[in-house]
Amino acid sequence: MDLSLSTRTVGDRTVVEVGGEIDVYTAPKLREQLVELVNDGSYHLVVDMERVDFLDSTGLGVLVGGLKRVRAHEGSLRLVCNQERILKIFRITGLTKVFPIHTTVEDAVAATD
Amino acid sequence: MAIVELRFSAQPEHVRTARLVAAAVARRAGVEEAVLDEVRLAVGEACTRAVGLHRSHGLTAPVRVVLTEDEKLFSIEVGDEVPGPPGSGDETVPGMDAALDPDTEVEDDMGLAVISGLVDDVEVTSGESGGVIRMSWPASGAVDVP
Repeated sequence: MDLSLSTRTVGDRTVVEVGGEIDVYTAPKLREQLVELVNDGSYHLVVDMERVDFLDSTGLGVLVGGLKRVRAHEGSLRLVCNQERILKIFRITGLTKVFPIHTTVEDAVAATD
Repeated sequence: MAIVELRFSAQPEHVRTARLVAAAVARRAGVEEAVLDEVRLAVGEACTRAVGLHRSHGLTAPVRVVLTEDEKLFSIEVGDEVPGPPGSGDETVPGMDAALDPDTEVEDDMGLAVISGLVDDVEVTSGESGGVIRMSWPASGAVDVP
């Protein structure tokens, strides 16, 4: 299974819907997408991971990289995830303290703090 | 004892294959269904690390994965051929502090941190012939999966 990516704009937020497997092979595609969005001036990103089947440390690295990029522009990067097996990886690595993680895209888009 | 051995060129696209094979053999060995996600993630991290090491050292040798099915234990060894310091023993699995340091780029060692957070029984060794990550999980013995 490959990685699928699609983006849409909701108000001042850009929602990136990710599906499939994020690993050492596919993560560069996600990195390119995030870099492109930031270069185009989208600094408030919501990454919707509800359709992600697999995530590893390479994928985490790309998300952390994205967070650093948007923060450089006083932006934000929020995640949407309800899947226990994906959330577990964020907990193991302590990244639940780094990323705001929401249960729905609506929550993430509405969040301001 | 039964083994499945897999050798693959150090290319990122093959890491997924290693994950699929490891999960299939683990399931057959009777590793609990709930633990298979951990097996898949841990072997993926170990292979990703080995692929990265081979590529950064310009090695053309394949990465080696050995899956061993014992009566009550399922073990995975992922070996790379990048020599460590001669005679060095067990490496300390680094904590997340280093990986999360905002002033540094996220390093490959985040993979080791994930493995050590996931797997209770893990050993990382490094020698002149390369490094090995050994991991094991309890298994209930071979089961017939249609």
